Amino acid sequence: MLAMDYRGPKRVRAVQKPMPEIKHPQDAIVKVLRTCICGSDLHLYNGNVPDTRVGSTFGHEFVGEVVEVGSEVTKVKTGDRIIVPFNIACGECHFCRQGMFGNCHESNTEATAVGAIFGYSHTAGGFDGGQAEYARVPYANVGPTIIPEGMDLDDAVLLTDVVPTGYQAAEMAGIQTGDTVVVFGAGPIGIMAARCAWLFGAGRVIIIDQEDYRLEFARGYSYCEAYNFKEMDDPVVFIKKITDWMGADVVIDAVGAEAAGNAMQTITGRKLLLQAGSATALHWAINSVKKGGVVSIVGVYGPTDNLIPIGNVLNKGLTIRGNQASVKRLLPRLIEHVQNGIINPKGLITHRIPLAEVADGYRMFSAKLDNCIKTVMIP
Amino acid sequence: MKNQTIDPKQIKGWGIDADPKNDPTYPMRARMNVGQDPDSKHRPASLQPQDVEKLRSIERPNVSAVFGTTIPPTGLSGLIRRAAFHYSENRYRHWLPLIVADRVQVVEGVLDDLVHGKVPNIFAEKGYAVEWKYNRTAFVTKMATIAALTTGAIIWFSSKSDKQESRKRPRY
Ligand SMILES: NC(=O)c1ccc[n+]([C@@H]2O[C@H](COP(=O)([O-])OP(=O)(O)OC[C@H]3O[C@@H](n4cnc5c(N)ncnc54)[C@H](O)[C@@H]3O)[C@@H](O)[C@H]2O)c1
Ligand SMILES: [Zn+2]
Ligand SMILES: [Zn+2]
Repeated sequence: MLAMDYRGPKRVRAVQKPMPEIKHPQDAIVKVLRTCICGSDLHLYNGNVPDTRVGSTFGHEFVGEVVEVGSEVTKVKTGDRIIVPFNIACGECHFCRQGMFGNCHESNTEATAVGAIFGYSHTAGGFDGGQAEYARVPYANVGPTIIPEGMDLDDAVLLTDVVPTGYQAAEMAGIQTGDTVVVFGAGPIGIMAARCAWLFGAGRVIIIDQEDYRLEFARGYSYCEAYNFKEMDDPVVFIKKITDWMGADVVIDAVGAEAAGNAMQTITGRKLLLQAGSATALHWAINSVKKGGVVSIVGVYGPTDNLIPIGNVLNKGLTIRGNQASVKRLLPRLIEHVQNGIINPKGLITHRIPLAEVADGYRMFSAKLDNCIKTVMIP
Repeated sequence: MKNQTIDPKQIKGWGIDADPKNDPTYPMRARMNVGQDPDSKHRPASLQPQDVEKLRSIERPNVSAVFGTTIPPTGLSGLIRRAAFHYSENRYRHWLPLIVADRVQVVEGVLDDLVHGKVPNIFAEKGYAVEWKYNRTAFVTKMATIAALTTGAIIWFSSKSDKQESRKRPRY
């Protein structure tokens, strides 16, 4: 089968690989119908996630048709078309039973701090991902959700990650009616977080990025104010100014380790890997939220350390919340929102390419070329 | 003094102001601490048979019930990875060698391609075609800069070694 193949930092290709096999009685094999490239894949693509092995297949956002099931699989059957949440979760461990499906304890042997994620390095369990014609889906009784009748595959594939992550970013921010919400990052996740902030009753939503085309898109899609930090002397002072010198009630970090905007962070975090990525957006978030406010982190960082002003967290009395989205927990509600036309996931898709062009797809998304927001690959 | 375990309920005032609603993780999870869980060590009944080498975090007692089987450790990068897994996720001695192993494996990957009679098409793998298509000026400038710097460095180093000053460290 054709599959994406990681060769080293910024080097990927599509090659023939062996078909996936059932390894556990709860496994299913799916024929992938749609798969996306995500901002999280860029951390792998840039070589910034430890234990990203050459030869791996990436891809944690995919939907597919079940072609084979293990002996204990009862919830899905051959021919079903399913949404596969990006996290691999057993549904039975201490954490899954609390709804923390992004923090399962029975799917990742290599690291305890991270749940397992499809195609996301050995630090996230060493599973092959869905940027392939076929994929192995463990715990098929737990994660997969059958695509509802009439739902577009392009909407379905964004329910594997982008919609739940954006939604959970807003949920973790504990938004109260009337709150001013600032979102750093106008990628698919930030745009979705800004859209969802309204669902929790935000009074004002502001998004910050450096790509004008994304800011323009966010204004339309998320009904928010949008500002370019490259035009600001100091983004923190800018936010203070536009919030009556108080700071935002809540700030969402939807950027993560690939952040630009501060040379020292970029060099130590992205070039020398002395930090677990560049923490520029998180730094700005902590300093621009009001005292007693909430910082919600969905931008992904590596497993080592980052330079952030932790003293200000203390002195300002902040609450910081973060997690990998618990996709399975949120899906029922979000499917409703999509079916009721409240959220329009496929509106984010700007590029559709065949899997064979995976190298170009990664470069385009990574370098933000051709006004790219979200790329879907069709195997 | 040795650490003692006491029943917290014996402590005067324990829990008098407890407020379950004031949970910063609410409503992200159905709150349950390990002590409240009747079966906190519960695992799925079937365990995936282990037929490939799996490196295990020493912060857990066992291999997870299900695990990924892709790319088991091999070669020099594999040796480094095995060594890294002697240390916990809490240590740089775990993560830094893993990053080194990742880079070593890139070289192993190129050698493996060559052994299989395949010359990797790095231009295509890096997706330079789309840079050329959508970002030509910046792309050409970047490539020209890299080429100029590389040529400059080669000339500089070779002229240095001509003068037999090669032991002196270069200053930039
Ligand atoms: N927690 C989760 O479950 C989860 C799930 C999916 C993605 N993510 C993470 O969310 C982040 C965003 O994902 P994406 O797909 O939108 O990626 P993306 O790369 O498309 O978007 C990131 C955006 O941030 C902008 N940016 C860079 N530096 C910035 C700064 N200092 N301030 C403001 N904006 C800045 C970039 O220009 C870009 O538009 C990534 O870190 C990704 O790993 C987390
Ligand atoms: Zn993703
Ligand atoms: Zn679990």
